[in-house]
Amino acid sequence: MALDPAVIGKVIPGHEVVVERGRLRFFAQAIGETNPIYFDTEAAKAAGHRDVLVPPTFLFCLDMEKPDPFALICELGIDMRYVLHGEQAFKYHSPAYAGDTLAYNGTVTDVYSKKNGALDFLVRTVDVTRDGEPIARLTNTLVVRNPKAEK
Amino acid sequence: MKTGDSLPELQLAGISRTTLALYAGASGDHNPMHIDLDVARSGGMDDVFAHGMLSMAYLGRLLTNYVPQERLCSYGVRFAAITPLHAKPTCTGTVTKVEDGLAHLDLTVTLADGTVTLRGDAVVAA
Repeated sequence: MALDPAVIGKVIPGHEVVVERGRLRFFAQAIGETNPIYFDTEAAKAAGHRDVLVPPTFLFCLDMEKPDPFALICELGIDMRYVLHGEQAFKYHSPAYAGDTLAYNGTVTDVYSKKNGALDFLVRTVDVTRDGEPIARLTNTLVVRNPKAEK
Repeated sequence: MKTGDSLPELQLAGISRTTLALYAGASGDHNPMHIDLDVARSGGMDDVFAHGMLSMAYLGRLLTNYVPQERLCSYGVRFAAITPLHAKPTCTGTVTKVEDGLAHLDLTVTLADGTVTLRGDAVVAA
């Protein structure tokens, strides 16, 4: 199934998320992080931060903190089992901390096919802001395998 | 920081099913292909495999071990290969260019068998 290029420009429903300190601690543990500025408030403050720092890739995780993170995938008729993460990029404007409320707003920015339709690509660009101040821009490329087109 | 500098390598322990279960919970990425063998098999895979973003997070640790995160301007990766269970990723990086107060880094995650799973780049304030 090829993705319809008409989806380019589609606005993804935005959401707001509060950065929870406990989640940051859990994330640090899950990735084996040993630098305490990522899980200990006192250590973060001693290093000059106002709270525990959101690590570089956790902004992607917070993009999934909405009622159904796979809603767009489902809406486009994509089978989750055939989705791979192709590329991920972050542009950072300002650090985010535990306790912050971050707003996520994105659009579908590109759709294309490769290998005679065996692979479809879906590109989304998402802006993260805090009280209107830019925090980061995320660019996400998903790859959809089409087993029937794979020869 | 100068062209040709290497970042201190980060060697990870083997990725277990527990690693993936904890990462799924902590990251909020509950895609069953990474945690449910039945779903992985129905999708044509032999087993579950690691979240690409877990490796990107490891590579992020390499970066923030090297420079304080507030100096990080951009960071991107391309996922080149799947990371199978029990793989032991190693994160490496080199400074490719220092210009106008910015250092450009090339980043790689490699498995013990030589497979490159992630290729990335980052720009940091030098």
